Amino acid sequence: MHSFGYRLNALLTFAVTILALMCAIASLSDNFNTPSPSAEIQITNINWFQKQPQGNDEVSLTMNISADLQSLFTWNTKQVFIFVAAEYETPKNSLNQVSLWDAIIPAKEHAKFWIHTSNKYRFVDQGNNLRGKEFNLTLHWHVMPKTGKMFADKIVMTGYSLPEEYR
Amino acid sequence: MIVTSALIIWKALMCITGSESPVVVVLSESMEPGFKRGDILFLHMSKEPIRAGEIVVFNVDGREIPIVHRVIKVHERQDTGEVDVLTKGDNNPGDDRLLYAQGQHWLQRQHIMGRAVGFLPYVGWVTIIMTEKPIIKYILIGALGLLVITSKD
Repeated sequence: MHSFGYRLNALLTFAVTILALMCAIASLSDNFNTPSPSAEIQITNINWFQKQPQGNDEVSLTMNISADLQSLFTWNTKQVFIFVAAEYETPKNSLNQVSLWDAIIPAKEHAKFWIHTSNKYRFVDQGNNLRGKEFNLTLHWHVMPKTGKMFADKIVMTGYSLPEEYR
Repeated sequence: MIVTSALIIWKALMCITGSESPVVVVLSESMEPGFKRGDILFLHMSKEPIRAGEIVVFNVDGREIPIVHRVIKVHERQDTGEVDVLTKGDNNPGDDRLLYAQGQHWLQRQHIMGRAVGFLPYVGWVTIIMTEKPIIKYILIGALGLLVITSKD
């Protein structure tokens, strides 16, 4: 009962259990953080707005994105992944979410920022429903911890719309 | 002791998360720096609709290894509620259309095995080492077998 092998086994199991417990507690501590992020997006220009050969509408736009996401960071945060998605409804689809731009914030110092950019990913519809379309821009964030549970949430900004005509 | 408790935890996780494989090991660098090779992800599949930003695990027809990437586009039908989903690895320059089956442009619900809800770093290296260098697996099993045979209980 007291052989070396048995003791090593017991020690290892105990060590692994304690490590797992510490990871769980680290993750739990994230729940005490109450974040208060803020963001603002302006569309500065619609670069072009066309109907593709396959019949799908596509638009290219330039935005100013400014945000303060510093309150999302805790000691257990490895990075925060953020992306901006356009959300709208069409007769065929009750919900369309198209990611336009994303970024990785590796540290709290970088979480307060302002960026002027065109859409990183193509804004393409399933169909040609985008003329005059009203849409929301949502800034989503995904807090990826050093260990444990991941948190995600978003800010919805309404009131954006596309031109009535192709250009 | 470790083996039996690992087995109990595994089975319990299967019950809690309602998924056939509640834990996956990250095998590629396509989601760095968030997920590195050797991390393990806890999966959960709920009936909630798939939304952009979620990290999902999916199988492509004809490929064995499941892929863990983020959803970047969602188109949900008015009438049926079915979704077309496009995914992309955070660290990849382009989206996953190249990975999907020939002629497939979207993923549907049936391709998706679960959402990643939590993660533990480094723990998955044991699985990777045992898969890529099977000799280690044999040594480990041999050593365990030896321990069982030689213990005086």
